[in-house]
Amino acid sequence: MYRIRLFAIRHSRSFEWIYKRLERAMIALDPLLGKIGYDRVERPVAFVEKCVKTVLFDCKMCGQCVLSSTGMSCPMNCPKQLRNGPCGGVRPGGFCEVKPDMKCVWALAWDGASRMKGGAQIHTVLPPVERNLEGSSSWLRVSREKAAHLREAREKRRTAIADAFPDARANEPSAAPLAEEPAQAVKGSK
Amino acid sequence: MSQPYSAPPEGHVSHSRLERVLRSGRFAITAELNPPDSADPADVYEAARPLGEVADAINATDASGANCHMSSIGISALLTRAGYSPVYQISCRDRNRIAIQGDVLGAAAMGVSNVLCLTGDGVGVGDQPGAKPVFDFDSLSLLRTIKTMRDERKFLSGRTIKNPPQLFLGAAENPCIPPYDWRPERLAKKVEAGAEYIQTNYIYDVPLFEKFMARVRDLGLDKKVYILAGVGPLASARAARWMRSNVPGIHVPDAVIDRMEKAEKPGQEGKKICVELIQQMREIAGVSGVHVMAYRKEHEVSEIIRESGVLASRKR
Repeated sequence: MYRIRLFAIRHSRSFEWIYKRLERAMIALDPLLGKIGYDRVERPVAFVEKCVKTVLFDCKMCGQCVLSSTGMSCPMNCPKQLRNGPCGGVRPGGFCEVKPDMKCVWALAWDGASRMKGGAQIHTVLPPVERNLEGSSSWLRVSREKAAHLREAREKRRTAIADAFPDARANEPSAAPLAEEPAQAVKGSK
Repeated sequence: MSQPYSAPPEGHVSHSRLERVLRSGRFAITAELNPPDSADPADVYEAARPLGEVADAINATDASGANCHMSSIGISALLTRAGYSPVYQISCRDRNRIAIQGDVLGAAAMGVSNVLCLTGDGVGVGDQPGAKPVFDFDSLSLLRTIKTMRDERKFLSGRTIKNPPQLFLGAAENPCIPPYDWRPERLAKKVEAGAEYIQTNYIYDVPLFEKFMARVRDLGLDKKVYILAGVGPLASARAARWMRSNVPGIHVPDAVIDRMEKAEKPGQEGKKICVELIQQMREIAGVSGVHVMAYRKEHEVSEIIRESGVLASRKR
């Protein structure tokens, strides 16, 4: 597995590309997943995710995957589970302080990030892992989060008029509507 | 004695003497106290006395090398009682976020005004390798958390803190070990997370450190963070070799070990090397002070600083 992990980091650029596609697919699937119920799909998706990512990245199913910010080198493989870069104990040659036979996860991460388009993401300070999310699907979480983000942006555009004309809305609500419009009521919408 | 609840001086975040010295542009000295294996406060005061003569702040280590000693919060509290300014070191190895955030408030309440956020050595190198490593935070998420507590008056849970801790935030850096190219970038990340001063690990390889500092200056980090270079006297060539292979993150070049080997009085030579290092550090642009770690040689610290002449310009 260690070898496959090293392979994934060497090809961080390709995996970044694949991950971007996967992310888009997951976001597109959000309405469907929402209909089936995220609760229902959680366990099967988590199972598939675990199988795939364990082989590729030695995934530990922390539930808060940050591979895109760590050069495709999983930080949960760091014996100290550091999320923000190497510790001060890295051995000569870039080997781990705790497991001397293993390359430092973070030395590999910076290396992987240097080949990635979005490699600069490694500079972002990441929060500690929420341990109660361990074992859950990170893919579904990304799907929910990004879809929620998009919904929020849409919502902002939709309510912009209502927010800008509060008096009109108070007197004549239909002049500055806030409620979601049914498709039939709007010309040109499907 | 500092008063934690009065506002810090203009442009300062704390009542720390170290912060005042650094912000006023003076060359700062910090020193590490070797924690006693004892419950007697007198042992702490005895260890602090030779350091207090020259140091702007005294570092209380948090089970460094994963070896158990008196706790850093206990030592810090004792030091504030005696009028010293401690640097309360927090390692992420032994405590989780609940314990650490509580301790930060406790330390601040006892008059601590400097903290140093560390990841911590792995438990395997210590005297109790079967211990459970925690690492809930890493040094950066810890920095950001304390900064949030101080500036936003909030715990990580979002709950409000009535009187926030007024702390000068520090972090460590280790310029002389791999991945060399990324060490300055990591420093940038620490500054981004909230570090206001940096204490480095031991530096015996000056050319390597100069290369690091050149990159640090290129990134403009020397303007954003005060860097204190870590130095310390070696006891003997054998001790240096032992340190190099047994203490994580210590790089001693062969040339330095050779010099120790050839010396007639290794102890004297170690001290001399340390004095020279301090003088060299002072000349490097972007270095704001030195952090002296004299393991079992606290009594030599004030002599080393005096011989180096770095405090000569200070009105004392």
